[in-house]
Amino acid sequence: MENLNLILPEISLFLGICLALMVGVFFKNSFSIVMKLSIIILLGVIYLILTDWGGQEKLFLESFKNDKFSDYFKVLILISSIFIFFSSDQFIKDKKLSKFEYPIIIMFSILGMFFMLSANDLILFYLGLELQSLALYVLAAFDRDNVISSEAGIKYFVLSALSSGLLLYGCSLLYGFTGSTNFDEISISLVAQNTGAIFAMVFILVGLAFKVSAVPFHMWTPDVYEGAPTSITNFFAIVPKAVGLGVIIRFMDLPFKNILEEWQTIIIFISIASMILGSVAAIGQKNIKRLLAYSSISHMGYALAGVATGTASGYSSTIVYITIYIIMNMGAFACLYLMKVEERYTEEIADLSGLSKEKPILALSFLILFFSLAGIPPLGGFFAKFFVFMSVIESELYALAIIGLLTTVISAFYYLKVIKIIYFDDNKIKFDDVRNVRVKATILISCLILSLFFISPSIINSLLDGLFI
Amino acid sequence: MIEIGLGHYLTLGAIIFFLGVIGIFLNRKNVIVILMSVELILLSVNINLISFSIFSGDLLGQIFTMLILTVAAAEAAIGLAIIVIFYRNKGSIRVEDIHEMKG
Repeated sequence: MENLNLILPEISLFLGICLALMVGVFFKNSFSIVMKLSIIILLGVIYLILTDWGGQEKLFLESFKNDKFSDYFKVLILISSIFIFFSSDQFIKDKKLSKFEYPIIIMFSILGMFFMLSANDLILFYLGLELQSLALYVLAAFDRDNVISSEAGIKYFVLSALSSGLLLYGCSLLYGFTGSTNFDEISISLVAQNTGAIFAMVFILVGLAFKVSAVPFHMWTPDVYEGAPTSITNFFAIVPKAVGLGVIIRFMDLPFKNILEEWQTIIIFISIASMILGSVAAIGQKNIKRLLAYSSISHMGYALAGVATGTASGYSSTIVYITIYIIMNMGAFACLYLMKVEERYTEEIADLSGLSKEKPILALSFLILFFSLAGIPPLGGFFAKFFVFMSVIESELYALAIIGLLTTVISAFYYLKVIKIIYFDDNKIKFDDVRNVRVKATILISCLILSLFFISPSIINSLLDGLFI
Repeated sequence: MIEIGLGHYLTLGAIIFFLGVIGIFLNRKNVIVILMSVELILLSVNINLISFSIFSGDLLGQIFTMLILTVAAAEAAIGLAIIVIFYRNKGSIRVEDIHEMKG
């Protein structure tokens, strides 16, 4: 029975979801109470993970693996989900979406992500992935009386189901050509001479690239980001991306460890293409959620550049990058909750013009967050890019580093364009005064972390010590 | 008589798989057809897994197949639900009508 203690976070999260579901069914108007209960459950799960921090065990015929890597990612997604619940509460009520299923479906997808991150076996990995995806399909179409949201749901469903299918086809070939579904055993029999398994690796990479919206497979991102309600876009932009990158690192570090040369070229191509497309296509955008969608595509390119090195320092620089990416996007999306004109939420960049004269503090937080997204020193986003490109240069991938730095400059253009609209254009529209302490606290926290990050830039690296051998 | 071997089953799986993928990309008429194509992809994976499992004498592939069948059913249910809410809002499920957002 002692084995069950080791997956206590997952068990308690699942029981917590069932409890929240019961509360939601048996109480009338139960949205607020389920929301509070969910935050408490997530906090409890964080506590359970922290009590067993850094332990390394394999359970259930070595199909489930708990280690520092999965613990770190689990805590990361739990904290960001708590902030999303915390800041999106009012937005969901204003949009009349306050159904108690909202936190519950999000928690189901978190449960799926837990299994993806801890999986040491293709079967468990696939089941976790589907639990996450099925919950995300529902979330994308959550505003079900709205054409745009249901269209986002349909687009996300079709492309994500296709990518799961490709990934699964890869899994079946990998099983056939290596004779096992266990990651450790696959890594032993997966060598460069095993052509069929290399073929399988390509399919799995394609499926994973869909999940993090890296370039040849990014088509769904802008539409889903624009169509889904902002708080759900907030979730989409942060949590599944972090998990997708974590899983890519897990695959590269474990089953695909012996075929570095084969996958490195693919990852480098995906990374360069994402950086270029993400920064060029964002220039003409008028909707701020679409802008953030393209910005997240280019950020995924930078994060994958760290993976492309195939070294321990590269992997940890990617993890640092994704951590700071989460903090930046948390703040940027929280700012969107304050863009309210005459009781309606607006998403047009043009409406921001002259914001600095009317709301100097909101304008300042946009300034900090967008400068950080652009990677301007001394903000957090700069250090994230700095670590990634340092490890890329150490691995002598000079072309990747040069293209990355050039696209950083291009992408700075559209971030600065928004800042220019906020600070130098005429004030046309009057924003409502939104008294929402939770959203403002979220923005304050992310701005503070980003602007004070230079005091101790290696703080996350020291957390990640000894993660990869 | 030719001996039916692993290669034949894998070829069958690959053909069904590519039919599914092509069905998603070439289809211009109906979203339900896309749903069927997704099911085809998952079924081709099942053929692969079962033939690998039989020819290598390892039971794991068949267990995997059972789980995939379950997941495929859940996926079809959610897909149909999303198609229903889209139809309620738009009054059509033609692929050409899914064009509210562009750019």
